[in-house]
Amino acid sequence: MTQPHSYSVEAKRKFLEQMLTIRRAEEQVIHFATDHEDLIRGHFHVYIGQEASGVGACAALGPDDYVFTTHRNHGHVIARGGELGPVLAEIIGRTTGYNKGRGGTFHVIAPHLGILQTSGVVGGCVPLAAGAAFSIKKRGTRQVSLVFFGDGVLEEGAFYEAVNLASLWKLPVVFVCENNDVARERRKGGASPSDSLAARQLTDISNAFSVPSVTADGADMLAMAAAMGDAVSKVRGGAGPVFVESRITRWPGNAGTFPALLGGDYRLDWALAPSSGPKELQDWLQHSDPVALFVRTLVANGAMSKADVEAMDARIRKAVAEAASFALASPAPKAECALEHIFAA
Amino acid sequence: MTQMRYVDGLRRAIELEMERDQRVIVLGEDVGVGGPFGITVGLLERFGERRVINTPISEDSIMGLATGAALAGKRPIIEIMFVDFITLAMSQLVNHTAKLRFMSGGQLSVPLVIRVQQGAGGGWGAHHSQSLEAWFHHVPGLKVVAPSNAADALGLLRAAIRDDDPVLFIEHRGLHFRRDEVSDPDAIPALGTAKILRGGKDLTIITYSKAVWDALAAADELAARDLSAEVIDLRSLSPLDMDTVLGSVRRTSRALIVHEAVRQGGLGAEIAAHIQETAFDWLDAPMHRVGAPFAPVPASPVLEQAFVPDTRTIVAAVEQMLGLAPASSTEDPLERRRA
Repeated sequence: MTQPHSYSVEAKRKFLEQMLTIRRAEEQVIHFATDHEDLIRGHFHVYIGQEASGVGACAALGPDDYVFTTHRNHGHVIARGGELGPVLAEIIGRTTGYNKGRGGTFHVIAPHLGILQTSGVVGGCVPLAAGAAFSIKKRGTRQVSLVFFGDGVLEEGAFYEAVNLASLWKLPVVFVCENNDVARERRKGGASPSDSLAARQLTDISNAFSVPSVTADGADMLAMAAAMGDAVSKVRGGAGPVFVESRITRWPGNAGTFPALLGGDYRLDWALAPSSGPKELQDWLQHSDPVALFVRTLVANGAMSKADVEAMDARIRKAVAEAASFALASPAPKAECALEHIFAA
Repeated sequence: MTQMRYVDGLRRAIELEMERDQRVIVLGEDVGVGGPFGITVGLLERFGERRVINTPISEDSIMGLATGAALAGKRPIIEIMFVDFITLAMSQLVNHTAKLRFMSGGQLSVPLVIRVQQGAGGGWGAHHSQSLEAWFHHVPGLKVVAPSNAADALGLLRAAIRDDDPVLFIEHRGLHFRRDEVSDPDAIPALGTAKILRGGKDLTIITYSKAVWDALAAADELAARDLSAEVIDLRSLSPLDMDTVLGSVRRTSRALIVHEAVRQGGLGAEIAAHIQETAFDWLDAPMHRVGAPFAPVPASPVLEQAFVPDTRTIVAAVEQMLGLAPASSTEDPLERRRA
C-alpha cells in the first residue's frame, strides 16, 4: 500500500538528527544508571535500535494528534518533540521533569505534546488510545490517536477488545506495534512466528478484525516514514483504524537484565564501517541498526558528508550533556509535596 | 540453625512440594528462566516443561487457566509478576477462583497458589510499587498470606501449596534478598496463625510483611526509652489470627497497626474495628494506624521515601499515642496528612 515518497535532504537530515538525539539521550540514561549511585534504582528500558520506528511515526503526526506509549517511552517522547532537559529530569525524578518526578523512567507523560499516558502495564494504553480517538470522532476534528506498543501486547485481552471497538466504530486510531525481537532476515516480510503468540503473522490478527494492516521494516528510516505517512493519512481521512507492525531486530545491548552499552558509547565510525565496531555489535551494525543504515545511505547518496554527520552528532552530544547537567542540577521534589496532585485542587 | 535468603526459602518450598506431589505445577510469565527475581530459577531444568510452564503475557487467562486446571485435578502455583498486574486478572480471581467452592455448594475445590510480589522502594513508579492486600482481604473464599522472613517464606508457601483453597501469597520485593535464620527448615506453620516476635507490656504493634522489620527497629528505639513494645507478625491476612492480637492487646492495653499499604481502607481499619468490638474495655488509649498516605506511589526517590512508612513514622505514632515528647528532631513531613 505504500505510495512512492520522496524526502528532501532537509527532511532526511531532520530524521537523522532525531534518531541520533534519541540514541545519545538513551546512552545518557544508561550512564545515569551505571555511573551514579541510586539515580535509577529499578529497571529501565531504552529505545536504542528502534529509533526509525518512533521518528517515522511521529513525523507523520500533526501537533494536535494524541500519542500513547509504554514503559519504553523515552524515544517516543523525544521523537514527538520532547525537550531533552525535562525528559532526562523526569527519568531521574526531578522537579523540572515533565511530571515533576511523579512518573520516572516508566512514565514520561507529556500532555503538551499530546502524550496522554505511558503504561507500565502491558497493553494498558491500547483502549486509552481508542478512547481518545472516540473523543476525536465525536468532536469531528481531523486529529488522530496513535498508540505505540510492543508485540507482547497481542498476548493481552485488552488489545482484542480495543481493536474490535475501534474497527466497529471506525475510530481514528493508528496502532503501531513495535515487534522488537525479529530475526533480521524476517524484517522485510514473511511470517514472523513467536513462541508466545499462535498467529503466524501479527497482521493476521488485525486483519481478522477488518483493520487495514501493514508490515514495515522498522530499521529502515525512509520505509518507516513512508508507511507511517500512508497509515496516518488514511486514518485522518476517516477510514477507521490502521495497524502497523514495525519489525525491529533487538539491539544486542538489550540482551541482559539491564541495558548495557557494549563497547561503550556509540561511535559513528562503527556506523560507516561495521567491522570496526565491537564484535558483538557488528552484525547488528551491518544489518539492523537504523542509525547505521541511514547514515550509510545518506553518505553514500551524497545527502550528507561524513563531516556533516559528525558535526551533527557533536552538536547533539553537547545538547544531551547540557540536558543531563540540567537534570542532575535540578532539585528533587520536596517530601511535603508527596500528596499533591491526587485530586483536582 | 541455618541461614537462608527469602528467595531461596520460596524456591525451596516449591521444590519440596513438587517432589512431594506430582500434581503441583508452576505457571507464569518467564517462570522457566526464573522470573525477574530469580525465584523459580532451576525449576524447569529439574522438573521439566510438563510441570514448569512459561505462559504468554496474559494475566487474566493465567488466572483462569490455573483455576480450571485446579478444578480438574492439578495444584498450580502461578506467578503474577507484579501485584499491580493482578488487576488484569481480577474477574477470574474474584468471580471464579475464590467463589467456586461456595457456588458449587462445597463440591468443588480450587487448590491454587497465586504468588505475587509487591511494595515500594525501587523507584519503579505508580504501576510497579503498590501494596494491594486490602482488596483481597475483602474477598470471601480467598486466603491471603504475607510472610516477613525466609523461614515463613519457606514454611507458609508449603502450607499454601498444601491448602485446598486458593491462596494469594504476597511477597515483598524489598525482602527477597534478605537473609534470615531458619531454626527449623521443616516447620510448616498453619495458615491463619500470627506470631509474637517480641514480647512487651506497654503497647502492641500489629504488622506484617516488610513493615515487621521497621516495627522491630522501632521497638528497639522505644526500649532505649524504657518503653516495652510487643510486636506481632500477622503472617496471614485472611484468615486473621485475631485471638493472638486480642490476647496481646488485653495485656498491653494499647494497639498500633502498621502497614505499607495506604492507610485509607487498609487492613489497619479492619483490625482496629475487631479490637474495638471485642477488647474495648481493655484499651487505655485510642488505637492508631500507620500506613502510606492516600496517594499513588511516586517515582522520585525523595517522594517515595516520604510515602513509605518507616521506623521514624512508627516511633512518632507511639509518641502520639502515649503523649510523649518527640525524641527525634526530624519531623515527618507528611505526619499531619497521614492522619
